[in-house]
Amino acid sequence: MRVKLLLSVLLALAVAAGPLAAVAPAQDKSIFIPLLVYRTGPYAPSGIPIANGASDYFNLVNERDGGVNGVKIAFEECETQYDTKQGVECYERLKSRSPVLVNPYSTGITYQLIPKAPGDKVVIHSMGYGMTASADGRWFPWVFNFPMTYWSQASAFVKYVGQQEGGVEKLKGKKIAHIYHNSPYGREANPTLEELARKYGFELTLLAVDHPGQEQKSTWLQIRRLNPDWIFVSGWGVMNQVAVKEAAAIGYKMDHMVGNWWTGTEADVVPAGDGAKGYKSMTFHAPGANFKVHQDIFKHVYDKGKGAAKREAVGEVLYNRMAINAMLNVEAIRTAMTKSGNKPLTGEQVRWGFENLNLTEKRLEELGMKGMMRPLRVTCENHEGNGLALVQQWDGKKWNIVSDWMEPIREVVRPKLEAAAVEEAKKLGYTMRDCAKEK
Amino acid sequence: MIYRTAGQFKTTYASDQAIFPIVQDRVAVTLALTAAFVIPPALASEYWLQAVLIPLLVYALAALGLNLLTGYAGQLSLGTGGFMAVGAYSAFKLSTAFPHLDIVAVFLLAGLVAAGVGLLFGIPSLRIKGFYLAVATLAAQFFLLWLFNKVAWFVNYAPSGTITAPDREVLGVLVTGPNATAGARYVMALAFVAVFGLVAKNLVRGRLGRAWMAIRDRDIAAEIIGIRPLRTKLLAFGISSFYCGVAGAELVFLYLGSAETQAFDINISFLVLFMVIIGGLGSILGSFLGAAFIVLVPIFLTNAPHLVGLGLPVALQKQIELMVFGALIIFFLIVEPHGLARLWQITKEKLRLWPFPH
Repeated sequence: MRVKLLLSVLLALAVAAGPLAAVAPAQDKSIFIPLLVYRTGPYAPSGIPIANGASDYFNLVNERDGGVNGVKIAFEECETQYDTKQGVECYERLKSRSPVLVNPYSTGITYQLIPKAPGDKVVIHSMGYGMTASADGRWFPWVFNFPMTYWSQASAFVKYVGQQEGGVEKLKGKKIAHIYHNSPYGREANPTLEELARKYGFELTLLAVDHPGQEQKSTWLQIRRLNPDWIFVSGWGVMNQVAVKEAAAIGYKMDHMVGNWWTGTEADVVPAGDGAKGYKSMTFHAPGANFKVHQDIFKHVYDKGKGAAKREAVGEVLYNRMAINAMLNVEAIRTAMTKSGNKPLTGEQVRWGFENLNLTEKRLEELGMKGMMRPLRVTCENHEGNGLALVQQWDGKKWNIVSDWMEPIREVVRPKLEAAAVEEAKKLGYTMRDCAKEK
Repeated sequence: MIYRTAGQFKTTYASDQAIFPIVQDRVAVTLALTAAFVIPPALASEYWLQAVLIPLLVYALAALGLNLLTGYAGQLSLGTGGFMAVGAYSAFKLSTAFPHLDIVAVFLLAGLVAAGVGLLFGIPSLRIKGFYLAVATLAAQFFLLWLFNKVAWFVNYAPSGTITAPDREVLGVLVTGPNATAGARYVMALAFVAVFGLVAKNLVRGRLGRAWMAIRDRDIAAEIIGIRPLRTKLLAFGISSFYCGVAGAELVFLYLGSAETQAFDINISFLVLFMVIIGGLGSILGSFLGAAFIVLVPIFLTNAPHLVGLGLPVALQKQIELMVFGALIIFFLIVEPHGLARLWQITKEKLRLWPFPH
């Protein structure tokens, strides 16, 4: 009996004291960036390299340059397991430390945070994911999804298929299947693909795979029956490697299977072994650890024992992507400092930096990222930047770039995007801002 | 000493049948409820309201609903997430189709729709029991989510398939949508929980609740003494689904703001079932205690290492959290299989005897 009493008292105490721990620590002279990561759960294969890339790049900036123009970057990880509710909890908890920007790395969490951003004055940078419509900065001043949106990506994929088939007019009558994660993320590309199917006359089949994506047997039975000419995959986490393995198992021609840029990292193809050879995926930057920035990371971060990943994991596709993401964040903050001074900034000041970000070829070279990605320019109207897409292919050991930089089919995407922005903004009760007045 | 009942005589039927027959209980509950309405909106930070208290209230309502069905009527259900989804999606459809409809009415109507669906899936309970019924309700969970994922009409043809809570007011104060303050949303959720908690308490004390318990304890005997199993069981499914439906609407409108079917997946059903089991089957208080345990303990475990200044890697911390949480659940169920509500009851009995236990 006494045990039970003691227990109930203890429990009551624990429950009462529970979330007290979220009390904010003292503010220091730094810029705080929360990192919503998922190093555990079914999405960990994708989440781990991302988390490592962010931590390493921010550490690099702090170690090599002493921060951004002398202002250190403080960052803290919070585990979300790619779960929307946990992500919101993380965001709310870390909000007490006045973050200036957040990279949710989950379309679901991005959707949750978009309505909060204007009130909290926190910039959302959803790089190549999130809500496509938010690329219209006139309606969504706080959300940035440069260098490219899902819709642009899907159009670039169709363009690539057209090139391979010998011209877009050859697409007529071809069968293309889209295997997608059955969530806002996976569904995002569907309207664009449907529109392009009407325009070019290819036959589109949409095949949904439910969370977390481990179970795809029925999907691949359908693929067998359908025998599509091309497969486009929008997966994430454990779903990707299962898809690649299944495709290899049924002997599908791997060079006709193209993942989107979240479906093409080492963790997705290595488990399938040689079967994955020839598999392609979209991307917007180069893979590999052969850039100057990587040498800097090794020298300033790993040699000091502060590296987050194993040395050989540096340069993985998603690692590089997050390093680029972190670099863009840092450069946006640097841009903001040209206006607001070299001191800890507010979210509003950083937002100005994002909106006036002009990343030139020269700056990329200074950063040691020449050739790794393309120059980028963000404007008030266009939060998508002017990104171009690439296609990479797995040769059994590493990813190789196999296409030129491709312009998405903007004349189809942009009008659709602007219409969607009006629609989405209406739901949130936003009014359109006049970009001409804000120069 | 403080908790003494000496001198409190019940001289009328009304006082004998009161929900809280002891004066101290009445005072404590009134004070607690008033405090709940006043203190958090005034003092709590947005983190507390948004990430801790609102989900706590939403889950408490869902647990209450499942407790009526599983705890009182003895019908095991794994379809809670599905019924919550029905509430959420119908609230979304109703509020977008009839923008001038009062949001309270929207919630209640959404509850009614969920009740209807619950009735439908309750029909098999007449023929099957226990684990078999659990599997039948599991089918509801999968079917309903599949339906909402498949049919674009439910999400107003949004390409992303998410539903978003629109801005709606109660008495001139924004309570839903992204522009509503966390305080307003909290008060709204609390008001719903307070009213429905009271209704549930009275339901289970009355004729219907007794019939449910009779069915739960020995259905054949119950039938012999004149309880109609069809009506009683279906009512249990209907009322339980009503509660879950309102909780689902709250989950989207007051807590998340926007959601997809993923928010209502099978994990929610399990979570709410755990709340009921840990809190105490067949106890109204237990629903609240169970919800508090399941919502607060993981948050406490996440924050605990920070509290003592331990800088663990997040992945390790998450794994430790899951292990400790699992161990705690097992431990509590071994120490007190009747749940937290029973612990509270024991404490109360002891307090009444204190300081002279016999």
